[in-house]
This record gives sequence, C-alpha cells and structure tokens, in this order.
Amino acid sequence: MKVVLPFIAVVVLALLALVGVTLAHQVEFFFGVIVPYTAVAVFIFGFIYRVLQWAKSPVPFCIPTTCGQQKTLPWIKHDKLENPVTTLQVVGRMLLEVLVFRSLFRNMKTEMTDGKIVYGSEKLLWLAGLAFHWTFFFIFARHFRFFFQDVPSILSMMEGVDSFFQVGAPLFYMTDAVILGAVTFLIFRRVYLPQIRYISLASDFFPLFLIFGIALSGILMRYMFKVHIVAVKQFAMGLVSLSPIIPQGIGAIFYVHLFLICTLLIYFPFSKLMHMGGVFLSPTRNMANDSRMVRHINPWNYPVHVHTYAEYEDEFREKMKKAGLPVEKE
Amino acid sequence: MYNSGKIIAGLAVFFILAALPFLLNLGKANAKIEPSIKTPEINAMPVKQCVESKEFMRAEHMQLLNDWRDEVVRNGNRIYTSKSNGKQYIISLQNTCMKCHSNKKEFCDKCHNYMAVKPYCWSCHIAPKEEKS
Repeated sequence: MKVVLPFIAVVVLALLALVGVTLAHQVEFFFGVIVPYTAVAVFIFGFIYRVLQWAKSPVPFCIPTTCGQQKTLPWIKHDKLENPVTTLQVVGRMLLEVLVFRSLFRNMKTEMTDGKIVYGSEKLLWLAGLAFHWTFFFIFARHFRFFFQDVPSILSMMEGVDSFFQVGAPLFYMTDAVILGAVTFLIFRRVYLPQIRYISLASDFFPLFLIFGIALSGILMRYMFKVHIVAVKQFAMGLVSLSPIIPQGIGAIFYVHLFLICTLLIYFPFSKLMHMGGVFLSPTRNMANDSRMVRHINPWNYPVHVHTYAEYEDEFREKMKKAGLPVEKE
Repeated sequence: MYNSGKIIAGLAVFFILAALPFLLNLGKANAKIEPSIKTPEINAMPVKQCVESKEFMRAEHMQLLNDWRDEVVRNGNRIYTSKSNGKQYIISLQNTCMKCHSNKKEFCDKCHNYMAVKPYCWSCHIAPKEEKS
C-alpha cells in the first residue's frame, strides 16, 4: 500500500494536468499561471517558516557526533574534520557533509552470515545518493536558461559538459540518464531490502516517484514529444517578469512536467525534502566539540532557587544544637 | 529564536537564490521571438513550403538535420523524400536549407541565441556570408 498509493498519486497528478489542458484551453491559465505562482510562494515562504520554527527550538546540550580524535594533548594528533573545535573546522566538516555526504560514506550494512552478525561496507547508497543529488542540481541549474534573457556563460558551460559526447540531436544529456538510474535505484532499494522496506513510509516513496515523473516527463519532452520550446521560454520569462502569458500550442506534456514540479514545490516545505535546509541545522553536525573549553549553557535554564547547607544551618542552628546535632559554625 | 544572526543570513541567501529569476527580470519586457523567413528565395516562391510542415520543422529540425547528416555521411544517400508532400529534395545543409534560408542571423540564430543553444553545424559547414546588419 505504502508503495502503490504514492505511485497512483503521481500518475493521477500527471493525468490531471494532461487531461486538464487537452480538454479546455482556459485550464491552461490555471495550470500555467495560478498553480506555478502558488507553488513558488508556498515553497519560498513555507521553507522560511519551517527554518524559523526550527530556529525557535533551543539546543540544550552540546551534542556533536564525532568519530575522530578529540583535541587534547599536543602530541596526540587531533582529527580536525571529524572532531572540530573551531567554527572554521565545523565549516569544513559541514562542506564535506553537504557536498559529498561524508557521513553516508561510512554507511554500513549488517548481515547474518553463519549465525554471526557481520558488518560490511555499503557504498552503493552513498554513490547513488551522490549521483542523484548532483545530477538533480545540474538539471535544476540547466533549466535557468529559461529564466534569463542573456544566459550566463557558466550555465552554457555546464550544458556543454553535460552534453559532452554530442550524441543525437537535440544533444543527449548524461545527467538525464544518471538521474533516472539513481532514482530507480533509490526506489528499488526501498522495495527490495526487507529492513528498508519495513521502515519506509509513503512519504519516502512519494517524492521519489514524483521526481521520477518529473525527470521522465522532461526527458520525453526533450527527445520524444517535442514542444514549442521558444514558446516555453516566452512563457517562463512571462512568469518571472510578473506579466504571465500563455503562448498557443506549447504541447500538453509541458503542462504535465510543470504541474509535477509545482506539486514538488508545494509538497517541499511539508515533507522530508526539508532536509535541504535541515542539514545545515542539525546540532549533531553543526556544533563544535568544544565542551571542555567553552561552557554550553542550556537556554532553557531559569534561575533555580537554591537553599545551601550554610543557609539551612543558619535557619535551624538553635534547634540542631538542642537536639545534639553537630554544627559547622557555633 | 536562537543563533538568529546565522539563521537570518542563511535564509537571506536562500531567498535571494530562490527568487533570483524574479529579481533579475523585474520590470523587463518579454521579447517576441519569431524567426524571419523574408529572404529573396522564399519571397519568390509561389507556395511557401519547406521540406516538411512548419510545425514538424519547428519541433524536429535538429533531428532531421542529424538524420540527413547520417544519411549522407554514412550511407551516401543524398535524396530525401518529404513525408508531407512526397517531393524529393537533395540532402544538403548549404545547398538546400540555406539556399532558401540565406538569413542565418535572422533565422537560425534568432531562436538559438534566445534559447542559448549552440548547434555545432558550423564547426564543419561554411556559414553563408551575410552583410552585417
């Protein structure tokens, strides 16, 4: 159920856009103007809202997770990246985490072999995750040629790298193949491995199917059911210059692609996809392990009313003496 | 809010990146892009007709040119039979396509520049000479 339902949801969303724009052209205004603006607004402000909510939660303890030698005596080598003590070292650690998923690189698999638990290295998830996120970023950045009148040369360079082998026309993008492969692996992994299937939820499958749908509709649009691409750019430029137009004859598959992306944007702030912002806000990663140098004060702390022994003795001294109890001050 | 300095700086970066297309295009007019087919050769044609229909050419011209290249270079076949009107054409970029569309700047480059597409036709072929406009 948790696999099939998200799949059906994505198919229904795609069909909704497909049938919608083929039935009536007025619907294009809904799918082409109202939905995209709503989606961008929900994405940006929802994202900011979620981060602000997180920022309101205090971090009571100094809890970085470390896996290297802590800074100690000068002749013991300090592992600066795995056990950072300064902000700069934390930045280095965060960069490795965000750009190359360093903690996932240490991912292990656990198996029972001959009645014994065996731990082994498991790099495939790291590799597929890295391939997926980087190709997603590449594809995302490439799309910005639709939003700039003069396309920055860095985008043209990325496109040149992506279509380096010059296969076919329009040129085949390597990232298109890689992202489909990587998403397929990530879905397959959740279905195939019993432990992972057990802990997977519909909210794990839905974004994967959704992104698969977005990638697939984009690839079909580029190589198979071609759309009026100049009109697509005019449409995109209309959206971003806040004077939306709906050019005629773009092609229905474009609206499928657009609607799935809008769904992703709207879904984003409510979902696990917020790990995009969350990775920067996880205390186990972004704190320096300096608890022996700097006192971490729990922001929850309130002034506690204390009653020391000296005060206690002052209060009861006479009674204690009468009862024959020893007192510190006569 | 805790660590408000860092959080607000991070969110500002996010907002600027996310809203960049909107911020950069604020108040800019949307250009109208239409490739020009006003050349002496096309103007002289009684029926203005390319090797295939306009819609097909608009969507598939890159595919067609790619197929043409493969036909000529790999199979030695220089004859193309149109799918829309059954007429036969000589497969040649410089002598067939560019004979009518002699205005590369106003025809090819217009959309390609707008879309930031750089076809590699002209790294082998000789682009038609045009007086600078």
